[in-house]
Amino acid sequence: MHELAITEGIIKIAEKEAQKHTFKKINAIKIVVGELSGIFPQLIQDYFDIASKGTIAEGAELIVRRVEAKIKCNDCGEESNVENHRLRCKNCSSLNVKITSGKEFYVDSLEVD
Amino acid sequence: MEIKVVKQILEWNEDCSNEIKETFQDKKIYMINVMGSPGAGKTSLIVNLINELRKEFKVAVIEGDIAGQIDAEKIKSMDIPVVQLNTDGACHIEAMSIKHILQYFNLEEVDVIIVENIGNLVCPAEFNIGEDIRIAILSIPEGDDKVEKYPLMFATSEILVLNKYDMKEHFEFNDTKVENIAREMNQNIKVFRVSNKTNQGINELVNELKIKINNKIKA
Repeated sequence: MHELAITEGIIKIAEKEAQKHTFKKINAIKIVVGELSGIFPQLIQDYFDIASKGTIAEGAELIVRRVEAKIKCNDCGEESNVENHRLRCKNCSSLNVKITSGKEFYVDSLEVD
Repeated sequence: MEIKVVKQILEWNEDCSNEIKETFQDKKIYMINVMGSPGAGKTSLIVNLINELRKEFKVAVIEGDIAGQIDAEKIKSMDIPVVQLNTDGACHIEAMSIKHILQYFNLEEVDVIIVENIGNLVCPAEFNIGEDIRIAILSIPEGDDKVEKYPLMFATSEILVLNKYDMKEHFEFNDTKVENIAREMNQNIKVFRVSNKTNQGINELVNELKIKINNKIKA
């Protein structure tokens, strides 16, 4: 259900851009979704098709770029990939790590006519 | 033509959450966001927290539910200011709903606001509501696989309450495994083994909260 609220967020952003620029139609919306964001892109597209009806964003395709989750170890400095949200350094097993990517969730750009 | 935007999709919620945080910083109010499945024991834990925290602080409650006011009535009978927030089908509480509801409280007379979020391990985790702390409740009968299955909830909570701990002998619940996985997702998470029936673990949890509340409201 919360995907609907999120979808409305995307439409709001598109509508704001439409006020700033002059375009007739949005063909595509590029969004960036990190693996740690908890967002399921397919669900967003489904809700988007319904929620965007009658707005400037109607008919637009959502193009999703997934970003892998990565951490950097504060102890040994190694960078590792994250699986299943487990934030443990693969080199030295430390939990003292910093998330360097994977939390992204933003609209990157609009493809318009 | 491509237009570069780069805008956070949940920005509207984050902005509103930050606004609430500023208000609460100003008014010296500490907000606790209680999350967990339906039946995990959120209301029972809140009742127990109220009984302890009210000895030292002025406590108010926001009861989030999809429909009805059963929980709000229970809290009201304890003579605690409470407002029911019905989300009308929505699976989570957003910061905007909290902001609108604050007018029903006399904020000068509140030290701690406890928010009971909608019973759900998924959606509430996505939305900050201006809280100082998130408590995720996982009850023993729900099973020890829930942390793995619903990572965001546990990755974003400062406290994990393993509730109904008195029932542990009846279930195959490996609490050490749960604690280890939770810590892998969230190195700072603190785990409390609690029973609202026997009061096991309540004091430890209350003491932890008291320190955090005092750090904010007496600073």
